[in-house]
Order: sequence, then structure tokens, then C-alpha cells
Amino acid sequence: MADKHDDHDHGHGHDHGSELSEMQLRVRALETVLTEKGYVDPKALDVIIEAYEKRIGPHIGAKVVAKAWTDPGFKQALLADASKAIGTLGLEQKVGDHLIALENTKDTHHIVVCTLCSCYPWDVLGLPPAWYKSAPYRSRTVKEPRAVLADFGVTLPADTTIRVWDSTAETRFIVVPMRPAGTEGWSEEKLAGLVTRDAMIGTGLAKSADGAAP
Amino acid sequence: MNGIHDMGGMDGFGKIEAPPAEPPFHAEWEGRVLALNRVMQATGEWNIDVGRWWIETLPPAEYLASSYYRKWFVRLERLCLARGLVTKEEIAAGHAEGPGRKLRRVVPASEAAALLSRRNYDLAPRAAARFKVGDRVTTKNMHPVSHTRLPRFARGRTGTIERIQGCHVYPDATVAEGVERPEWLYTVTFDGRELWGPDADPTVKVSIEAFEPYIELAK
Repeated sequence: MADKHDDHDHGHGHDHGSELSEMQLRVRALETVLTEKGYVDPKALDVIIEAYEKRIGPHIGAKVVAKAWTDPGFKQALLADASKAIGTLGLEQKVGDHLIALENTKDTHHIVVCTLCSCYPWDVLGLPPAWYKSAPYRSRTVKEPRAVLADFGVTLPADTTIRVWDSTAETRFIVVPMRPAGTEGWSEEKLAGLVTRDAMIGTGLAKSADGAAP
Repeated sequence: MNGIHDMGGMDGFGKIEAPPAEPPFHAEWEGRVLALNRVMQATGEWNIDVGRWWIETLPPAEYLASSYYRKWFVRLERLCLARGLVTKEEIAAGHAEGPGRKLRRVVPASEAAALLSRRNYDLAPRAAARFKVGDRVTTKNMHPVSHTRLPRFARGRTGTIERIQGCHVYPDATVAEGVERPEWLYTVTFDGRELWGPDADPTVKVSIEAFEPYIELAK
């Protein structure tokens, strides 16, 4: 634990480091009080942390997208009710209800944001990246999505409709990016390697066929 | 409330800094804070809407200066104090001075994995949905001082019902009245120019998830 903390401090300012130390102490104090009061089982905390460190991440969403690319029946079911369709895949962790899959096409590009907090489909993408929770992303995406995409190095044709989804309730969204050209006949597993986290948020595109791991 | 958290459409925050890869947690305490929030919310002392409200009511300067997990930590500490679960003295000392009060639920390690699946906020409807897909609706020009999920940029604007998302716990009532009341939820889609003026990019469409009390039929 201490090592991890120290690693993080490399390359950062000294002030940032001292803030982290203060937070370590404050968090430890609160956890101790809550545990001694009998409100918290620290082992329950370990289970949750380990799940997000090791098990729950964008590889889950990538598997779903790759299946949608190769199985038209599954894609149809996914777009109709993503929670239900993903439930049929037998994943280790149940995906919450009201997950909505949004299909990118040549005509329409979807991008997801939460302007009020940082709602994110954790159960299929894992922990949200820091930028997703940042003021620049939350403020700009609903107003100037093309400029936001440019920050991610993505330029879309001028006549593509940009469809922004603000996650203001307990619905969650996952984008199904367009399948890259030149991937005909690829296995689901190989295709999943092209599906990035950002492509499923809508700030990126799937990797091209030559970007795949060999 | 018209708080600092309601960021949609604000200018001046600059470029999005997106490194190619990030560790799951940037420091060990971030993971502890995430997990503490999960298990304490699961005690039933508050729900997700109340949790959000206690982040929104951070002083604006503190909100902007705090990282995501610092906000989560401050929220948890404030809520535990407000609910009488701990005392200031105990937090300062880092130790309990006496036993806690009886909670509806304490999450054992064996049940923690179940908290990883997002909770369902469906409630049985009290009445049929007032609007249907394709209806033109206008959001209310409302400025409640309590919690709401109708962002400022989308108030008093006219759009189209794109989807009916079911009947859910109404966050505004949860925080203002302390009750979990059902309301229909709709995806309402606006033309970018309706939100940002005639010079806005005509290819942009923006939706919000709007609870029924937020909208009325367009005139």
C-alpha cells in the first residue's frame, strides 16, 4: 500500500503529495471509527476494491460489443434491452437494469456524459476515468461535442449527427462503436481487442484492423 | 439547487486531459473511500439521491478544488455526522468512544459482491404515463433550492420524447420530502440550436433523462 502511494507521487508536485498524505490519515480515521462502531466490515471493503482493481473493467463491455458485431440476433436484443441481453451471456457479475446500448452508424455518433455528477456504466466499463468526472468534460460535451472529440483526436464528417446523452437519471448508456473495416471473419475474442473504453463512451472509435494485438 | 455541480454548458474549464491509461485508483485511500461509501449507503441511512445532494451542497470553491474521491470522502464524513452515526470528537481522535447505534443492515464480506451490481430504482406507477414517444414537450423553468436532476441548460426548452424509460424513484422528492415516490422517466431530445442558440452546430442533438414533473406538453 505504502509503495503504491509513493509510486503515485513520482512526477507530481510536492503539494499534491502532502494532500494525499492528509487524505490517507483522514480516511483511515473515519474507517476506523465506522469499523469500531460496528457499521463497517473492513473485509467487505476489500472485496469491493479488489473487484474494481481486478475483475470489473472495460473488457466486459468489449466482449458485449464484439458479440453484437458478430451475432445479429444478439445485436437486436442488445439494442432492445441491453441489461436483459447481457444477462444471457452468463457474466460473473450481474449487470444492473436500464442499461441502454446506442449503436453508432455512418450517420449518427453517440457520446455519453453526466453533467450533474459522473453517472457511468460501472458494471460494464469499470471505474470511470478521471477525465470523465472532470469539469472540462462535464461542462463542454453538451455544448461543443465536436471540440470535445477533437481533444480525443477524433474528427467526424461534418454531416454526421452528434447525439449527446446526458445521464441525468438511473439509466446508463454504452455505445456500440462501428465495426472496423477489414475484420471480416475475425473471432469475437480478436474483435474485442479493438473495442476501447473510450469507443464505448463515444469519445473514441474502435481501433482499426491493423491496430489489433497480433 | 443551482449549484456548481450543474456544469453543462459552462465555459472556461479548458482542455480535457485524457492520459492513455490510468491506474484503477491513484492512491490507496481512494479505493477505501469508494468502498466505504458503498457499504454505508447500503445500511439504508441514505440513498443515492441524498448522497448526491450532500456532494452538491459542498461550498463551490471546495467542490472545484477537490478530486472526485475527496468529494466522496467529505460527503461521507458529513453524512455520518448529520445522521448521528459518529461524533466530531470520534473523527478527530480516529477512534470510537462508544458502540454504534443499531442499523437496518451492516454488509458482511459475504454480501459485498452483491453491491457491485447497480440497484434498480423502479417503482410501480401511480398512474399511466402522461406522454408518449414523439410528443413535443417543454421543460419547466424551475429553480428548486433542493435537489433536482433537471440541469439548468435544459430548463424552459422544447424537445421531443424519444423513449419512455419506465417509472423510477423521483430524486427531487427523495431529498426534499424524504419519500421514494414513483414518477415516469423519459428521454427528451433537444436540437442543439434550441439549447445553444441559432449559431450552434446544427448536427448536434442532446438528450436528458427527464422525470414527468419536469415537463409539460409544448404549446
